[in-house]
Amino acid sequence: MLPADLINIMLDNMSMLIKETGNTLYMTLVSTFFAYMLALPLGVVLVVTREDGLYPLKSLYRLLDVIVNIGRSVPFLILLVAIQPLTVLIAGKSYGSTATIVPLVVAATPFIARLIESSLQEVDHGVIEAAESMGASLPTIIFKVLIPEAKTSLMVGCTIAIGTILSYSAMAGFVGGGGLGDVAVRYGYYRYEGEIMLITVAIMIILVQLIQYMGMRIARKTDKRAI
Amino acid sequence: MGTTPFIQIKDLQKNFTSQNDTVTALSGINLNIDKGTIFGIIGMSGAGKSTLVRCINFLERPSKGTIIIGDKDLSLLNDRELRQVRHDIGMIFQHFNLLMQRTVEDNISFPLEIAGYSRKEGRKRARELLELVGLSDKRKAYPSQLSGGQKQRVAIARALATNPQILLCDEATSALDPTTTRSILGLLKDINRKFGITIIIITHEMSVVEEICSDVAIIDKGVLAEVGKVEDVFRNPKTEAARKLFYNSANKIKKMKGKRIVRIVFDGKSSNEPVIANLVLEFKAQVNILFADLKEINEKSFGHMVVQLPEDKDLSDKIIYYLRNIIKVNVEELIDYVAS
Repeated sequence: MLPADLINIMLDNMSMLIKETGNTLYMTLVSTFFAYMLALPLGVVLVVTREDGLYPLKSLYRLLDVIVNIGRSVPFLILLVAIQPLTVLIAGKSYGSTATIVPLVVAATPFIARLIESSLQEVDHGVIEAAESMGASLPTIIFKVLIPEAKTSLMVGCTIAIGTILSYSAMAGFVGGGGLGDVAVRYGYYRYEGEIMLITVAIMIILVQLIQYMGMRIARKTDKRAI
Repeated sequence: MGTTPFIQIKDLQKNFTSQNDTVTALSGINLNIDKGTIFGIIGMSGAGKSTLVRCINFLERPSKGTIIIGDKDLSLLNDRELRQVRHDIGMIFQHFNLLMQRTVEDNISFPLEIAGYSRKEGRKRARELLELVGLSDKRKAYPSQLSGGQKQRVAIARALATNPQILLCDEATSALDPTTTRSILGLLKDINRKFGITIIIITHEMSVVEEICSDVAIIDKGVLAEVGKVEDVFRNPKTEAARKLFYNSANKIKKMKGKRIVRIVFDGKSSNEPVIANLVLEFKAQVNILFADLKEINEKSFGHMVVQLPEDKDLSDKIIYYLRNIIKVNVEELIDYVAS
C-alpha cells in the first residue's frame, strides 16, 4: 500500500469523511456541553458538602460519592447498551449521532464531576477564608471565588474531558453511533478496508492533538497566577 | 472609663472535636478592647491566638462564651446578620490570601461587590485606597506580579474597602522581612490615626507589639496569661510567659553562677543616667551585666538589663533598695533565672 493509494482513497471518500468528522465533533461538543451542565453542579456539591467543605453534609456527600463511583466503573460499551431504553425515550431512536449523545452524557458526567471536584479542591483555603471574613455568602464564594480561582485547572480538565468523550464517541461506532468511529468499524472491521480505518484513526489523532493544543493554550493565556 | 468597651470577649472557650477526643484550644478568655486602640495578642505558636482572632469575627464559632462588638452580641446573630457584621470587620492574613485571578483593583473592590455596591463605586474606592497604601501604579497588576510587602498593602486596602471599624491582623507581618515589616506596621499605625480604626494584631513577635501596640494580651497554652498596657507589662511582667516573650534572648544566657540576679528596667530619664557606674562607686561592689537591651515602646525608649549582684545578702539587699527607692527604677528579682 502506497501513500499515494491512501490519498486516492481519501479523496474518493472525502465528502463522507468530512461529514462524519463533523458528526464526531457534533457528538463530542454537544455531549461535553450537556455533561458539564450536569457535572458542574455535581462537582460543586461534592466539594461543598465534604466533611471539610463549606457546608458539610455527610450523608449527601456519601450518596453522591457512591453514585459517581458507580457511574465511573461501568464500562462505556456496556453502559451504551444498558441505557438504550433511556436513549430511545430521550432521542427517539437508539442509533445515529444524536442518539449517541445520551449515553455519552451519562458516561461523561461522573467523570467530569470528579475532574471539577479536584480542580475546586485545589483552591487555597486561605482565599476562601478571606472571602468569608468579608461576609461573603456561600453562593458568592462558589461563583466569585471557588470557580474563578480554579479557572485554569477547570480549563485543563475540560480539555481532558473533550478528549475522553471523543474516544468514547468512537466506541459508539460499534452500535451504529455515527461519526468517525462508525466509519472505522464499518469499513475496517466489517469490510476489511483497512485504509479507510487508518485514515479515520489519523483524523482522530489530529482532532485530539488540536483539542489538547488549543485547550492548553487557552488555559495558559487566562491564567494570571504566573506572569 | 466607666463606659462599656468597644469589643468584649466574654468567657470564651473553643474546643475542637476530632473522632476520638476533644482538644480545648482556648478557655476562660476575658478581654476588653477599647475603641481606637492597637491591641496586640501575642503568644508562642500553638497558644491559640489564631483561633482567638477567628472567634472575634465568628469565622470560628466559640464553644462557650461570646463576643460583643458595640452593642451586638455575635452569638445571638443569624448567618445573614453575621455576614453584615463582617462588613464592619476587616481582616488581613499571614499569606495575604488575595484572589490570584483578579487584578489588584478588583481584589480591593471585592468586599464592596459582596456588600452590593456597584462596579463604579468599587473602582472609585479602590483608587482611593491604592493611593492610601501607595500602590496607585499597580491598579491593573495581578497579585503574582507583586512582592510580599506589596501584596500585604493590597490586602490592607481590601480590608479597608468597606470602611470597617475593626481591622484584624493575623500574623500579618510574619512572612515579611524586617524592613518590609516595619513599613507595613507604619502603614497600620497611620490608618489607626487617620481613621480611628481599632486594630487587633495577632503575632508571635514581641517586636511587633513594642512597635505599634498600646495594649497587649499574652496567650499561653490556651489561657490568658497577662493583659495590660505594653509599657506596664514590659516594666513589670507578672508571668513566666510574659518574661519569656519580652526578653527571650536573655534566656539564652545559661549556666550563670550566683544567686542574686535582677532585671532592671529604665525608662525616659533614668536611661540617660550612669546608673550602674554610680552603683559601683556607691557600694564599691562588683556587679556583672549579663544582658542589656534598649527598646522603643510606643515611641518611648526603654532599657532593660539583667545584672548579677554580689553573693552577700545584706549588700545586695541594699543595692536593690538603692535602685528601687533612690534611683527609682523597676527592679525584679529573677529567682529561676539560672535554672532556665
